[in-house]
Amino acid sequence: MTEFSAIAISLRGVTVRLGGRTVLEHLDLDIPAGRVTAVLGPSGAGKTTILRLVTGQLKPDSGEVWIGETRVDRLGSKALGRLRRDIGVLLQNGALFTDLTSFDNVALPLREHTRLPESLIRRLVLMKLEMVGLRGAADLYPAELSGGMKRRVATARAMALDPGIMIYDEPFAGLDPISLGVSLRLIRDINGALGTTSLVITHDVREIARLAEHACIIADRRLIAKGTPQQLTESDNPLVHQFMRGEPDGPVPFHYPADDLAEQLLGRGERA
Amino acid sequence: MSDNASRMPLAAPVRELGRAGLFLLTAFSRMRFGPRQLAEILRQVYFAGVRSLVIIVISGFFVGLVLTLQTYDTLTRFGAADAVSTVLALSLFRELGPVLAALLFAGRAGTSITAEIGLMRATEQLDALDLMAIDPMERIVQPRLLAGMIALPALVLVFNLTAIVGGIFFAVFLMGSDPIMFWANMQSSVELVRDFGGGMLKAVFFGFVAAWLAVWFGWSARPTSEGVALATTQTVIATSISVLVLDFILSAFML
Repeated sequence: MTEFSAIAISLRGVTVRLGGRTVLEHLDLDIPAGRVTAVLGPSGAGKTTILRLVTGQLKPDSGEVWIGETRVDRLGSKALGRLRRDIGVLLQNGALFTDLTSFDNVALPLREHTRLPESLIRRLVLMKLEMVGLRGAADLYPAELSGGMKRRVATARAMALDPGIMIYDEPFAGLDPISLGVSLRLIRDINGALGTTSLVITHDVREIARLAEHACIIADRRLIAKGTPQQLTESDNPLVHQFMRGEPDGPVPFHYPADDLAEQLLGRGERA
Repeated sequence: MSDNASRMPLAAPVRELGRAGLFLLTAFSRMRFGPRQLAEILRQVYFAGVRSLVIIVISGFFVGLVLTLQTYDTLTRFGAADAVSTVLALSLFRELGPVLAALLFAGRAGTSITAEIGLMRATEQLDALDLMAIDPMERIVQPRLLAGMIALPALVLVFNLTAIVGGIFFAVFLMGSDPIMFWANMQSSVELVRDFGGGMLKAVFFGFVAAWLAVWFGWSARPTSEGVALATTQTVIATSISVLVLDFILSAFML
């Protein structure tokens, strides 16, 4: 693994149980500062749980969550509010407010958390929208935007307060190839231009190779591999191998656990 | 414990009521009034109140018409047709105005509040607010709660007014009653505080309950299409029943 100078986000021995199911168990995870890190894993492996831990929306049953020198899982609601102003989150579908224009969506965090005059807010918002290429769509409502454009406006909104950390939850899901290319470039640009620590939560293996310098795979409630995308692709761990190559069967079985097929078809099974 | 609780027939509704109550306490405990909050309250009064005007005006007019028609017919049999305006005004101010306007409000504004908040939950907008360190309770819940308490009494006023216009239209223009007698009887029989004030007090309570239930069912809706549909239905049912039960309780205390 490449050595990094500073760790921005750190999960130490984190265990999370939700609705009686253990989602993460003794997970240790370090996210280097100022780089693009990908958290990969099959659907339902607990990737979004990591997002919710880092933002303090979820407290672990045991273990510690650190952002820099701050222990997130011990923060009260006020301190958590201050912390969240330094974290920009792009949720899966953008989660734009449908009753506000693109402009007002991006302006919302600025109006809420700063006392800047409206003329300055206007300039800041236009700059953020320019960065995602949608200054021309400032007056459009989310319903008038395509899926990819919504996510770009949401990215501009997440960046509004110039956060030190950006978290992208499944930023590539359901995008057409052009929008996908735009998304990739945007994440790289934001990281490069602002030196933001970027955490990309995704299951799109191919895109990660083009984007991240560092990746880790969460599966089976724990961290099963970490390294550069290249190192992960060459891994001989069967689960990593299956995931990176997208093979339908392997350690993660194609079939959902079921009774014996022959028995069920012949009517000897319990539910027949 | 939980097994015992789930076997008791009233456990689920009581638990739901407890959760809705805690939700309300949280909303009020975080109450803040800044200029932005007041602007949002006004915006919600517009959505819940002004946008409900058409249904309130039309319903009010026809309720006034039919109420006068029925009482006129009955009172004429006893030679007391002059009392029609008294019956109209008292039944409107004390009962029909607040209750009917609240039921209409639940159907028009309550459902739209529930659906809006339920969809905000389903499309992660509430999460997004939370992640931006903006309290959804303060931004979404409080303005709608207060807007309900402001909008419904105003709508009741409009409802009563149009119903009286409907009554005058029927009694004076169609039946040929004396307009001065109609008005004078109404004026002399209605007590401002007891009859009119009591009705308006009811309207504040009903507006509060209607907004609370609408916001709660939206807030607690499962984030799916079925969940939002179910929550909308629950809002109408729960508000209608609560308004009628509460109406009886308030009336009993006021008389």
